[in-house]
Amino acid sequence: MSAQAQAAPQAAHPQDELLRTDRIPHIWCSGCGIGIAFGSLMAAIAKCDTPRDDISVVSGIGCTGRLAGYIHLDSFHTTHGRAIPFATGLHLTRPQNKVIVASGDGDLLAIGGNHFIHAARRNVDLTVICVNNFNYGMTGGQLAPSTPFGAKTTTTPMGSPDEPFNFCALAAACGATYVARWTALHIRRLTTAISEAMNKKGFSFVEVIAPCPTAFGRRNKIRRSLDLLRFYYERSVVKNHLAPGEATIDFDNKLVVGKFVDIERPTYLDQYDMVNRGELEAWPATGVDASAAGQRKAG
Amino acid sequence: MKFWREPLDVGDIKVTKGKVTVVEERCKGCEFCISYCSRGVLAMSQTFNRKGYHFPEVVAPKLCVNCHFCEVICPEFAIFSQEEDQ
Ligand code: SF4
Ligand code: SF4
Ligand code: SF4
Repeated sequence: MSAQAQAAPQAAHPQDELLRTDRIPHIWCSGCGIGIAFGSLMAAIAKCDTPRDDISVVSGIGCTGRLAGYIHLDSFHTTHGRAIPFATGLHLTRPQNKVIVASGDGDLLAIGGNHFIHAARRNVDLTVICVNNFNYGMTGGQLAPSTPFGAKTTTTPMGSPDEPFNFCALAAACGATYVARWTALHIRRLTTAISEAMNKKGFSFVEVIAPCPTAFGRRNKIRRSLDLLRFYYERSVVKNHLAPGEATIDFDNKLVVGKFVDIERPTYLDQYDMVNRGELEAWPATGVDASAAGQRKAG
Repeated sequence: MKFWREPLDVGDIKVTKGKVTVVEERCKGCEFCISYCSRGVLAMSQTFNRKGYHFPEVVAPKLCVNCHFCEVICPEFAIFSQEEDQ
């Protein structure tokens, strides 16, 4: 560096305004994909019109869970698996807030799996970002519900005997209004997806396929993060609007990425208000004709 | 810039110029920025930063087109580019 450049104060990184810079460098390993997903989330927040005081970020436990501690917004690092219940409470008390849940696959869909299913079913207006690195990174690389069949982890040294979850299919089946999956290297499309998810009313879900070189790559002979990042990208095919059930994560054939669901559906609060204001007519809406009931032959 | 076919409006296209800055102490040496800079602006340093990582050095500053890709792919918020007047 020249003497002149050293003398001039260095310009600040454009994302510093959203970072708790006193805590940077963060704890994530060299080449960990969580940092990329986090940068993408901050880029989407920077573009969003909502006042900063009305955006909050909630995370659970795990490597990705640390994210809440690095963002310079109202944020909360909850107990393991409980990011969605906490976020639901926050959303119901401050409906004007945009509440973003950002956590890992193990936190959101293993220990927190039931909360995920029911928040999607009730269509709670949350944006859920799941960083999927196919294992429990923080605790040393154990089997997760996302671990691909045959992949090695500390607890499955011969390879995982289980079929993994397809998170996007699960979210869509439970009623999510927005569902997308991108790898960390599809960075611009990922940022667009997070923006769209944030602007979507209802339960929106974005899955990010991210390299974990330390715990997952190392046991599966892809030690360099750069190779892992490229591996996910090269095995991917973009198929927007594909039926989520067909959007497989198959490393030999098709690691399908894209936007799979983008629909409108009344949110939890819409329906709650409707029922409690007495706007709902009788159930079932078509009424029950007692005299006709029982006349139709069974079978 | 090389093209496989000369675009018809090549005279009107403005190629932006960028100035890339590395925040050396934040870098963890993952090489993402170096590999994915399509203009070959960056190369790994021989020296280490305080944490013991090699970091990218700007070896061809004139080639930077301010595409921001190094900035968005960096997991450490350790590199960014800014537009520079031509
Ligand atoms: S263990 Fe894996 S997921 Fe956790 S910080 Fe390291 S690379 Fe990232
Ligand atoms: S802004 Fe683009 S061209 Fe410039 S160094 Fe970064 S990746 Fe390379
Ligand atoms: S992408 Fe960031 S952390 Fe990785 S080598 Fe470049 S500046 Fe360093």
